[in-house]
Amino acid sequence: MSLLEVDKINTYYGEAHALFDVSLHVEQHEVVALLGRNGAGKSTTLNTVMGVLAPKSGAIRFAGAAVASLPPYEIAQRGLQLVPEERRIIGGLTVEENIVLATLTAEKPWPLERAYEMFPRLAERKRNRGRELSGGEQQMLAIARALVREPKMILLDEPFEGLAPIIVQDLIGVCRKTAEAGQTIVIVEQNVEAALGLAHRCYVLNNGHVVFEGRPDALRKDTDFMHRHLGVEA
Amino acid sequence: MNWSLLWAQLFNGLTLGALLVLVAMGLTIIFGALGVINFAHGAFYMVGAYAGYVAYAATHSFVLAVIAGAAALLLVGIVIERGLIRYYYRRPHEDQILATFGLGIILVEAVRAWFGGISQRLPVPTWGTGAVNLGFLYYPTYRIEVLGIVAVTLVVLYLVLYRTRLGLIVRAGIEDQLMVNVLGINVNRTFLVVFGLGSMAAGFAGVINAPIVTVVPDMGELVLVQSFVVIVIGGVGSFWGALIGGLIAGEIISLTAIVQPAYSEVMLFAAMAIVLILRPQGLFGVQGRQ
Ligand SMILES: Nc1ncnc2c1ncn2[C@@H]1O[C@H](COP(=O)(O)OP(=O)(O)OP(=O)(O)O)[C@@H](O)[C@H]1O
Ligand SMILES: [Mg+2]
Repeated sequence: MSLLEVDKINTYYGEAHALFDVSLHVEQHEVVALLGRNGAGKSTTLNTVMGVLAPKSGAIRFAGAAVASLPPYEIAQRGLQLVPEERRIIGGLTVEENIVLATLTAEKPWPLERAYEMFPRLAERKRNRGRELSGGEQQMLAIARALVREPKMILLDEPFEGLAPIIVQDLIGVCRKTAEAGQTIVIVEQNVEAALGLAHRCYVLNNGHVVFEGRPDALRKDTDFMHRHLGVEA
Repeated sequence: MNWSLLWAQLFNGLTLGALLVLVAMGLTIIFGALGVINFAHGAFYMVGAYAGYVAYAATHSFVLAVIAGAAALLLVGIVIERGLIRYYYRRPHEDQILATFGLGIILVEAVRAWFGGISQRLPVPTWGTGAVNLGFLYYPTYRIEVLGIVAVTLVVLYLVLYRTRLGLIVRAGIEDQLMVNVLGINVNRTFLVVFGLGSMAAGFAGVINAPIVTVVPDMGELVLVQSFVVIVIGGVGSFWGALIGGLIAGEIISLTAIVQPAYSEVMLFAAMAIVLILRPQGLFGVQGRQ
């Protein structure tokens, strides 16, 4: 049985139909990329899986239990962790308080030192408030908050968006290291190459529909498809 | 100008401010963390004073009266959060205002029906009678003690907010409830605790203020209005905002009264308007909170 099984979910914003019968599955220790143009429904998918949005129909099974429409905190306590697109650092709390907050309900949280080892930059900034951090540091903190919970699966929503190339390289390194240690990851990225470089398998969404599922090299080969659905030039 | 009058009004401003801080603290943290505007908060303060009055009549112990007032409001807060408020977290502010305003009226009229409209008195405790010679001023002992009691309460509250898990969750929740939820924390349970403790602070303030004011069913109305001004001046959800805002409001009311008591409220609203123009998020408010 897959760690995550999403079965024909339909999610709406009010009257607006955003996801149409979206189905996908993620196996343990797998890195899955979720790609698509702006507005394709990638964030909506992650938010629905996390319980931030409730699907109107369809089923979501995580770690063997039905989780569709459970509140986010219950889903998080079952070992699923979203790193949202907007990062959502608590600006008034220090870096350390943000991390501690994340550990509060984790079963086997990391010791803080382990997070600081992975992100030495955060160790230097641990007494600074979240709102004083640069974009790159905020993203490190957002990822650190997820990692310290030692979740069964992490959902990363555009972790490299708007960051300097050198920081993106750092973060790709962190993702690779984490994946190699066996962490299951779903990554949404506009940086298609970065995502495909990490992923074992990928999905492409278009207008709320899944239009591709397969291995990264199969997707890379179809340059016409890449161009149409991801805006990537051959 | 009479200097001792000025000193006396400065101190009166401080005691009034200290009590506003206590009432506003509960209001601002409930609003900040839960997003609920509690228009029954003034009635909670009043019920606290009556609970203290009843306990005092039965036991003749001021300390027991304070404990009774605080405990009664902790209970009232918990019952009302479970029975009413939690159904309003996702409703618009107008609905919350209508529901809590209605609740406030029910409490005030219930107390009026039970105790009558005449004022009741809770005497100053034996350890608070007389006046203290400050050198430049003779000032009532109890009022100075109130300052001490409020200071200790605020230190405790500060430690809870800044040194405990609950405080960490509350401070985070004031900024971003959804993210706290996504990090695995059941905010509903925290809300219950916050609403209970905030209500308890109002009840506590009601009892310790009772010997200074008269205990009547609508004693909470003015306090509620003034507390709202305090949190607008200080910034919603901010501990330091409620503290500094409360002291500023107390002094404005008290010092204006030297010239013309009728202008006190006007000056208070003028101060609020100035803050709103220059710093819409309040003195200690964070801009762009959701
Ligand atoms: N809060 C909202 N209210 C209404 N419609 C929304 C909301 N959020 C997203 N949508 C719509 O839902 C669709 C899917 O949006 P979604 O944010 O999931 O896309 P995305 O693939 O994450 O895009 P991006 O790459 O820009 O982040 C879009 O048409 C978008 O306009
Ligand atoms: Mg998105």
